[in-house]
Amino acid sequence: MNRASLAAMVRNHPQLVAGLAVVFVVVAFGPVGSLFVDTDLSRVGSAPANLTPTVDHLLGTDAAGRDLLAVMVAGTPLTLWVGFVAGVVGLGIGTILGFVAGYFGGWIDTVIRGAADVLMTIPGLLFLVVLATSLHTTVTVNMMALVVASLAWMIPTRTIRSQVLSMREAGYVQVARLSGLGDLEIIARELLPNLLPYLAASFVSAVGAAVLASIGLEALGLGPQNEPTLGMTIYWALYYTSLLRSVWWWWAPPMVIIVLIFVGLFLVSMGLDRIANPRMWKATS
Amino acid sequence: MPADYLVRRIAVFFIIVWAGATINFFMPRMAPVNPIRERLLQALSFGGAGKTDMEAVVATYEARFGLDQPLWKQYVRYLGDVAQLDFGVSIAYFPSKASDIILRALPWTLGLLTVATLIAFALGTLLGALLAWPKSPAVLHYLSAPLLALSAIPYYLLGLVLVFALGFTLRLFPLGGGFTLGTLPSPTFAFAMDVLYHSIVPGLSIVLSSVGFWALSMRGMMVTVQGEDYVNYAEARGLKSRDVFFRYALRNALLPQTTSLALAMGYVVSGAVLVEVVFAYPGVGTVLYRAIQTFDYFVIYGVVVMVILAIALVTLVLDIVYPLLDPRIAYKR
Repeated sequence: MNRASLAAMVRNHPQLVAGLAVVFVVVAFGPVGSLFVDTDLSRVGSAPANLTPTVDHLLGTDAAGRDLLAVMVAGTPLTLWVGFVAGVVGLGIGTILGFVAGYFGGWIDTVIRGAADVLMTIPGLLFLVVLATSLHTTVTVNMMALVVASLAWMIPTRTIRSQVLSMREAGYVQVARLSGLGDLEIIARELLPNLLPYLAASFVSAVGAAVLASIGLEALGLGPQNEPTLGMTIYWALYYTSLLRSVWWWWAPPMVIIVLIFVGLFLVSMGLDRIANPRMWKATS
Repeated sequence: MPADYLVRRIAVFFIIVWAGATINFFMPRMAPVNPIRERLLQALSFGGAGKTDMEAVVATYEARFGLDQPLWKQYVRYLGDVAQLDFGVSIAYFPSKASDIILRALPWTLGLLTVATLIAFALGTLLGALLAWPKSPAVLHYLSAPLLALSAIPYYLLGLVLVFALGFTLRLFPLGGGFTLGTLPSPTFAFAMDVLYHSIVPGLSIVLSSVGFWALSMRGMMVTVQGEDYVNYAEARGLKSRDVFFRYALRNALLPQTTSLALAMGYVVSGAVLVEVVFAYPGVGTVLYRAIQTFDYFVIYGVVVMVILAIALVTLVLDIVYPLLDPRIAYKR
């Protein structure tokens, strides 16, 4: 991409570019940070407890003797990983179910849509609380991702189903059907490419929702107790009442990173939405 | 309203509650070790009894509550208990009934949540409508950007910041709780004011972080509605743009917005549960948090069923009211 087209990209899709930049900074924070900070210091008891920020420990240490800068460097990629895995699994299941429901219709559509609707009414967090308390073992980061993914498929299923439903009767699909293409070929060659902007937007929202759910579970104390994820850091900060002791270097850094993740993903999904629904945004802006 | 719509909608209500209760029943029983049994053994071991004694006690307990019966019998019995809102006894606060603990907390949650959600819904809807109106003042557009950014932040994190800024640093508001410690809940004006005072910051964190969501969806609906024939026709008739906006566009865009209110309840409640934890607000969120800390399974499962029941009820009411607002809905299906 040359300089002129880059400038055009920034001008035409300012939100998308800004969002991608924020997300990139957060994603790069872990790997780049680990070049400068020893992530072993994120383990319990690796430093004296309750230090205020100094040159040695830029963000101080927590009550269990973890260097908080090292915790951030080690924990940010873990939280992003949970969101990414849950987003991929959720979108994957959602895409398959959405296509099956929208393309084939009939009783299978009724069942899938009914299940998605009923599960959407139930507050996700509470469902996850039951699931997480039932596991009754030490939770790992990957288990966390799968737990969260179990509720990440409903919204993609619904959006993709309704898109497929409206595309199924479109002219080009009927032409493809008349020229003898099978169902799978039509889905792969005609429908899927047209859905790419929607899939991308759904993926971004699914990742955001998964990060939100995982941090919520962790803040309730149901996360991986031995891992320094951002949500667990917030949990420990609340647990040791860091807010009332004015220990801002404990609760503020994970929060700033979480806010950056959400604002970045939000901007990206707004930008993608403009690409997916151009008519919607031309009207007023 | 056609009767079959009503019947179908009430059936959906029961399906939702049944699904929630069933998840609650089977999930702990699918785990490799029954967590409830483990927890009971653990609680009993504090009494200093030997392992065999404890097994005997648990076996007696299981026989008493029918846990030695086949699974389907337990399930039927459990559904009967749920229908009577009987969730068993709290392990941590023995012998309090789980339902009593939850019912005591429920009014706090419902009060905070209803008021905060309605305020956010009204403000956000109005803002979103004005954003889509070409004649609205430019100030609004500058106001909307930070509000949209706030909507990307989870309720409880915003709550943390607000406690720190308004409660801890400026000392304008209490740091948490539902009323001043040491006072007894009483139906006096002073106590009501105290409750209101304690609910401002938690409420504010819910309102601030959800206004943007409502504004965005309302703006989308307004844009769609403004392309409709009846709006064009109203304009062609030479009605004032104000009248077209408020009487034709806004009223029609409001209808789908009400549906999203019903759909968003689950999300709003999840967020509010965590807000309560941050503020130590005496609602079901805090009850759930404490129960998780002490592995008080009957209370955890009770909270889950009760909240699902409450949400299913709210969506049922909204869905029944909705066709009264928009007659097209009931007949379309």
